Amino acid sequence: MKKVIWWAVFASLQGLDALEIVIDRGNDNPIPIAVVPFASSNSTGDISGVISFDLIRSGQFSPIEKENMLSYPSQPEDVYFRDWRILGMEYLLIGRHLSRVDGGITVTYRLFDVSAEREVKSGEITAPRDRMRDIAHRIADDVYEEITGIRGAFSTRILYVLVENIGTSYARYKLEMADSDGERPRTLFETSEPLLSPSWSPDGQRIAYVSFETGRPSIVIQELESNVRQRLPSYPGLNGAPAFSPDGRELAMVLSRDGNPEIYTMEIATPARRPRRVTRHVSAIDTEPGWTPDGKSLIFTSDRGGRPQIYRVDLRTSLTERLTYHGDYNARARLLPDGRHLVYVHRREGIYHIAWQDLETDEGPRVLTKTSLDESPSLAPNGTMLIYATQDQGRGILAVVSIDGQVKYKLPSSAGDVREPSWSPYLDTLSATRGL
Amino acid sequence: MMRQVRRYNVALLVAAALILVGCASQQEPEPAAQPAAPVDVVPVQSQPAQSQAVQAEPESTDFDSRSRPLMPTGRILATKFYFELDQARLSARDLRLLEMHANILTRNRDRRLVIEGHCDERGTREYNLALGERRGNAVRSFLTSAGVRRSQIEMVSYGEERPDDPGHDESAWSKNRRAVVIYR
Repeated sequence: MKKVIWWAVFASLQGLDALEIVIDRGNDNPIPIAVVPFASSNSTGDISGVISFDLIRSGQFSPIEKENMLSYPSQPEDVYFRDWRILGMEYLLIGRHLSRVDGGITVTYRLFDVSAEREVKSGEITAPRDRMRDIAHRIADDVYEEITGIRGAFSTRILYVLVENIGTSYARYKLEMADSDGERPRTLFETSEPLLSPSWSPDGQRIAYVSFETGRPSIVIQELESNVRQRLPSYPGLNGAPAFSPDGRELAMVLSRDGNPEIYTMEIATPARRPRRVTRHVSAIDTEPGWTPDGKSLIFTSDRGGRPQIYRVDLRTSLTERLTYHGDYNARARLLPDGRHLVYVHRREGIYHIAWQDLETDEGPRVLTKTSLDESPSLAPNGTMLIYATQDQGRGILAVVSIDGQVKYKLPSSAGDVREPSWSPYLDTLSATRGL
Repeated sequence: MMRQVRRYNVALLVAAALILVGCASQQEPEPAAQPAAPVDVVPVQSQPAQSQAVQAEPESTDFDSRSRPLMPTGRILATKFYFELDQARLSARDLRLLEMHANILTRNRDRRLVIEGHCDERGTREYNLALGERRGNAVRSFLTSAGVRRSQIEMVSYGEERPDDPGHDESAWSKNRRAVVIYR
């Protein structure tokens, strides 16, 4: 099968800590689109490259190189559809930046359907000048949604753990947050002790994670705006796997204070913060809770049957059912936004992959990844892609795969081992786009 | 007198080993390492009080100058215990070594022990934290059944977060699936 491979190294543009992206896409039929360099009233930098790169990463578009374009229109009156039909383009995106006297910037864009010779979408976004990348991601979201009918998830962020000097006594663990394309990484917390299991609140304003900073595991909630950190009261044994409920009021977690790991929920909006026990299975490991989209049930990993498998428990009735039956190691499951499809870590012949399963059919898991030692799958909010941790040449890297397994890209970091990715919900990084 | 104490402890060791074997599920047969336990063991129902008097006296030979635990022979006692993939079962050899740790801890009630549970990198991180805890628990259960006070023991699982060997092959993995006892 023919493969199309793009190499795009952005590290040199944004500093060495940025993630590099390598895309490997199957030979399907991505939509040809021309993203023309945006006209600029001064040297504010062109955002068309960021938009193109977002669309490439989705695997559903194949933007042409700007060197191959016959013209560079930035206004509707300069568009000659014949130029784009010759190139086989289905869509055309043009735009311009305008500097404002208040120091901000206004970007306008127009999206055309080439064969129909008409404008199908337009928008105007105003933001401070340092938000150019946010504007680009927003336009990519608009284009993606207009053409595919699915909300775009480019204006999102990822959390991950970066480990420097791994395997030495001076290892540093850094909780990092970056744009969905790996750009603009920044460190949210740093310690010499292990960090793991970062997860987002549904409003994207808080995160929870596990920190060994005291020498013992504890769950920390951190506000992203203020960076205020709050350690939850920690209990003897494990304090782990925090997961916010869909309404943001509760946190599911694992505690082993009663002797073995059990799933708990805790109201975090109230000051009492008393954990409520959900599972009761002495001697079994119950861990890695995730919420169903309706917030009424939890899925979790348990070895109560002898081997780790995925289960679902109804929080009101405590009725528990097993969801996975294929293989002897299925763990760390997450549900797609539709509540019907499950992704999880699946061991097959000793290799750990990410697999996908439809809960409403009897079909077994479908393996999505060809890498090994894969773990920590985390879904984009629109459910089209997932990010996970894997190994590449002995280093921990992040990778993304589309939910149909067709599109894959890697996000290694030059700064060290990266792991434990968590994709944010939809974020309000900018005020809404205004139509023209 | 020393001989008696050790025979008593061997009885406990066998009893605890039997308990652990009984608890373990889907195991391969016990390796033929058992002959180390003498046939003429003292019955299990011996009262702990019987041996307490002789154990109350701390022995200066329990630790070397760098505070490392010593075997009765004077050699340094192993502090790392290794496990099979996905398992938390201690080998017969490790039980014998842990028995010596239990002797040291019952003679030295002021000494505390931190047990760390660890896993190799395969599998998910949170599940590995739980598995590491299970490995630490196997060590703790054995030590407390051999007379060590629970208050002497602290336990923490690091899961796969603190590998001994940062490699990515079976050689590294087998070194990383471990419980470690650290004297404080």
